Amino acid sequence: MNKTVRIALVALLCVSAAACSKKAVKPTAQPAPVDNSAMSQGDNTAGKYKLGDLETDACLRQRVVYFDFNQTEIKPEFQQIVACHAKYLQDRPTSQMRLEGNTDERGTREYNLGLGERRGKAVSDALTAAGGSASQINVISNGKEKPVCREHNEDCWSKNRRVEIVYTAE
Amino acid sequence: MIKPMRKLSSSFAFILLAFVAIFATSANAQQSLKIDIVGGVKTATPITVVPFALQGGSQPPTDVADVIHNDFNRSGKFRALDKASIVELPSQGSDIKFATWRLLKQDYIVVGRLKDAGNGMVQVEYELWDVNKQQSLLSQAMQPAPVGDLRNVAHQIADAIYEKITGVRGAFWTRIAYITAVGLGNNTTYSLLVADSDGFNPQVVARSKESLLSPAWSPDGKKIAYVSFESGNSNIYVQDITTGSRQLVESHPKGINGAPAWSPDGSKLAVALSFSGNLNIYVLNMASRQETRLTSDNLAINTQPVWSPDGQTIYFTSDRSGKPQIYQIPASGGTATRISFQGQNNQNVSVGYDGKQIAMVQGNGNVYRIAIMDQSLGGQVRFVSPGPYDESPSFAPNASMLLYAATEGTRGVLYSVSADGNVRQRLVLSDGDVREPAWGPYRER
Repeated sequence: MNKTVRIALVALLCVSAAACSKKAVKPTAQPAPVDNSAMSQGDNTAGKYKLGDLETDACLRQRVVYFDFNQTEIKPEFQQIVACHAKYLQDRPTSQMRLEGNTDERGTREYNLGLGERRGKAVSDALTAAGGSASQINVISNGKEKPVCREHNEDCWSKNRRVEIVYTAE
Repeated sequence: MIKPMRKLSSSFAFILLAFVAIFATSANAQQSLKIDIVGGVKTATPITVVPFALQGGSQPPTDVADVIHNDFNRSGKFRALDKASIVELPSQGSDIKFATWRLLKQDYIVVGRLKDAGNGMVQVEYELWDVNKQQSLLSQAMQPAPVGDLRNVAHQIADAIYEKITGVRGAFWTRIAYITAVGLGNNTTYSLLVADSDGFNPQVVARSKESLLSPAWSPDGKKIAYVSFESGNSNIYVQDITTGSRQLVESHPKGINGAPAWSPDGSKLAVALSFSGNLNIYVLNMASRQETRLTSDNLAINTQPVWSPDGQTIYFTSDRSGKPQIYQIPASGGTATRISFQGQNNQNVSVGYDGKQIAMVQGNGNVYRIAIMDQSLGGQVRFVSPGPYDESPSFAPNASMLLYAATEGTRGVLYSVSADGNVRQRLVLSDGDVREPAWGPYRER
């Protein structure tokens, strides 16, 4: 990702983070992340996520990103979720998450393992682009092995095409 | 003889009913797989397997003639005369009244007898006769076997007869592996099972609270490589199915460790690994544990490697062109070439023993069916399953039949189908999902 795009993306995500988190009244005051992207935007430690927010914050409580068929692109409606979790990772550098990629039932099991991983990586890339550290994120793929429903229709398939965010350290 | 003639005209319907009845009972008793025929073909060779005579000792629980009868019907190559139409019960060649069987339009007849061989052992003798030529084609006394081994003996007899008549080695005395998922949600138990080719004698090889998939038989039939999620991520294990001992062979903490496939000589395992960032095909040398990367792609999903029978080529699934398609690459490394061009997407190859027939899952819209491409016929595809969610084709070692996984309602079931697509049989566990079938190699006596 080139730097211009990255800065633009980060700026967008910061706005989203502010919108979805009550605490983030202003863009976050963070030391520049490891990868040195343009994240420093003034001092405001009060806007930082803290332990416990995962259970109470309306945005952080959303842990599932859904995808279109055979797609790995993160849809606009999930950018907010990605942004607040990226901010959480940034605010709590000791936190760790597992991204579990999942697919619908169509196609073969091993191919779907790959597809689920691709989705997990798409979310991981968005999180790191928004300031989370790759060392805080572990991507695994369940393929189509862990469906939340088993009906053979688009309604059910759309629920299964997902990445679940699971915190392994808060 | 008018009555049996009439019966013959609807004999196939009778066979269907007989099968359902027979297997409904024995399946419950054995906690085994239920089998019924869902299609049939009238051009199959008519053959009669006369119930074998008991000559001394007590009646064993296995009906040897019945096992042979069912093997023949499953193959699609034969149509075994239903029991109700077997009007005479000869047990040796000299007892056969050929006129009777000619009237019943039978091409071949099998007769046999069970003898008490002492110490709880039974010896099975059988003869195969050509009805029209009134000629003996086979006459064999099997090794004495314990009563519990009689299904194996029966499958061996079916193999010998199949080979004598068709010229192709029989594959009834083989085993299959498959995965079951029993229970719901977090209470699901996954099991890797091995059973006879007809679904009888299921044995649990491994159990897990997390998903198991992609069982692959070693060429000697002694080990199974498979993928387990028991540690959270997908890892590849190799397990000895007799001793139960197992090795963890691929466990990169980052990414997928999946899709194991044995080289024909058993010295290597082709696998799909994504620790580099995307899924690529690697060859793992089992002795040195050295991994050699085969595909050089950095974006696509490359998975489901399968070796050609000569070990020179590896087939795999890749979506480098957008949708998943089948590619081949020299096993020693080189350039990948796309070989599937029909249908919207193609995945998950199984290759027949001669290397010509390549079975795959072809997806068109929301319908996934098993297609067989014959490379000697210029890549033409024929469908052998109706869909809509069929996957995991696996050829029998003689390529006369395939196993595949299908979905009925919300549950997974296995089917066997003759390679011409004419005869299909469903194998269903009474409880839970059945999936990921893998047909094992020939067994050696």
